[in-house]
Amino acid sequence: MELVCPAGTPASLRAAVEAGADVVYCGFRDATNARNFPGLNFSRPELANAVTFAHKHGVHVYLACNTYPKAGSEDIWHKAVDDAVAIGVDAVILADIGLLRYARDKHPDARLHLSVQASASNEEAIRFYHREFGVRRVVLPRVLSLEEIRMLNRRISVETEVFAFGGMCVMAEGRCSLSSYATGESPNMNGVCSPAAHVHYEERVDSTVSRLGNFTINVYGNDEKVGYPTLCKGRFRAMDKAGYLFEEPTSLDVTAILPELADAGVTALKIEGRQRGKAYISQVVGAFRASLDRIANGQTGTRSNLAALSEGQAETTGAYRRSWQ
Amino acid sequence: MTKSRLVMGPILFHWDENRKRDFYARLADEIDVDTVHVGEVVCAKRMPFFDKHLPDIIERLQNAGKEVVFSTLALVMNEREIAQLREIAEMPDLLIEANDISSIGLLSGRPHVVGPYINTYNESTLDYLISKGAHRASLPWELPMSSIEALCNARKTAEIEVQIFGRVPLAISARCYSARAHGLHKDGCRYVCGEALDGMDIETLDHTPFLAVNGLQTLSSHYLELSTAIDDLKDAGVNAFRISPHTLDMVRVANLYRRLIDGETSSDEVRQSLLEMQNDLAFADAFLHSLPGADLRETLGSRAE
Repeated sequence: MELVCPAGTPASLRAAVEAGADVVYCGFRDATNARNFPGLNFSRPELANAVTFAHKHGVHVYLACNTYPKAGSEDIWHKAVDDAVAIGVDAVILADIGLLRYARDKHPDARLHLSVQASASNEEAIRFYHREFGVRRVVLPRVLSLEEIRMLNRRISVETEVFAFGGMCVMAEGRCSLSSYATGESPNMNGVCSPAAHVHYEERVDSTVSRLGNFTINVYGNDEKVGYPTLCKGRFRAMDKAGYLFEEPTSLDVTAILPELADAGVTALKIEGRQRGKAYISQVVGAFRASLDRIANGQTGTRSNLAALSEGQAETTGAYRRSWQ
Repeated sequence: MTKSRLVMGPILFHWDENRKRDFYARLADEIDVDTVHVGEVVCAKRMPFFDKHLPDIIERLQNAGKEVVFSTLALVMNEREIAQLREIAEMPDLLIEANDISSIGLLSGRPHVVGPYINTYNESTLDYLISKGAHRASLPWELPMSSIEALCNARKTAEIEVQIFGRVPLAISARCYSARAHGLHKDGCRYVCGEALDGMDIETLDHTPFLAVNGLQTLSSHYLELSTAIDDLKDAGVNAFRISPHTLDMVRVANLYRRLIDGETSSDEVRQSLLEMQNDLAFADAFLHSLPGADLRETLGSRAE
């Protein structure tokens, strides 16, 4: 399986290449990509240098242009696709139908991948993107179980890429307005979820409160580690009971099920985290490289040593196991 | 200018058969509603409870002169759900609402409507959808006024629909949060989502109303209420207005918005009447203003006169 790794900066890209990535994916420094965070992402010259460096090491580069173009401003997204193709990236990752059509018409030879933000969760949707826009690979939503992925791969002709490690979206990606409900900014429109500019921490006598916009996302006792208030990972109250109603603060880690994913026909593994530093990238990419190499050599029983890097130090195989639902 | 369409959206909640049948029976006799959506949008597991009643209900609504739209699932995840979708797509003489891209593929070339769960964010996407047979596009809830205006300018002969009343669907998941809150798994959910007729209230730990859970779906706690923006929406070119079913008297709600759209009542009166019907309603309208969706703004501050 191909190892697809994130890079939010040129330094992270080099770290990923050196740690054994097959592919590095990144975005331009604007709202065209779904990790539009301050101080992150690539200028055009930076991307051009990155592609030269990666190609010299036999590593591919994908450009994520996977937010939904704003009505009246589509030219910004068109330009991003044009520039990425001119720079010579190996694939462009897109979500919006209008932008897919533009890319197919303008750059018929470019390799197009379907972003997870398009939420193509079934064979009919995937066939649609393949038939209409020539999409060659689809990044599957994190809502599908291993069995569902296996069935899907039997019935479709395009490659599939699945999330292997990092943050977990518990909602169908590209179909979620929770962030904009609390902050006015969303993954689809702004490339951000629960953005830092709307986060506040409030110290109380015996607790710390994390807030997103006007809403309390969690309250931590003095003995608890304070986490980032990603909306769907918060603690809320329903039926007079408080708890993590949507998801515990855990991270996805598929190390334990790598052979099953390969057997299910998965082409590529994606590591989440373009917002992460290069030390994190080195460690995660290196661990996955080692696990994949062990499997390639016929060794079994891979286990992750990445727990310390996980959110809340807890890992999960998420929706891949049906019991998650 | 043709009359604006008033649309009753699909019932999002797992109401029992009697409540649903009463709801549609009353709508059939209600002149203010032009279009009525039927069909399950949230969870395929709920379908067997009501599917048997649908042919009669559709016939009754059509005989009463309503345009009936069959809404489909927002998140399609397996072959069984695809098979159901294919069956629906083959029903003759029925307008179908696509809510997942898979249904756009299946409905291509036949007249259909594009639901608000489809990401119609810009002119190119709308243009493509119209080329595949979309007669109407119901826009995503988080769009600001500027996007709605731009989309209306690009709509050609298609209608543009905007939801103006009811809790806003914010997210959909493979995981059932009603079951999870009850300590159950989705496969053995006991249909606990049916206990919360307008969704299960979710508060912050500081007791601020925040969200509402409806099985796989998460909605806003606040009720979207766009009466103050009706004239702006009409001026922009929006010509269909959706109200989303809740337990309050929806016939009366429809009548309020019909009169509002026709210029026979004011926004103040609409809100006052809604509060008379249910005094704990909290309203929100700020997606329209590029602000947090939970906010409430009275008028379009940036509107150029």
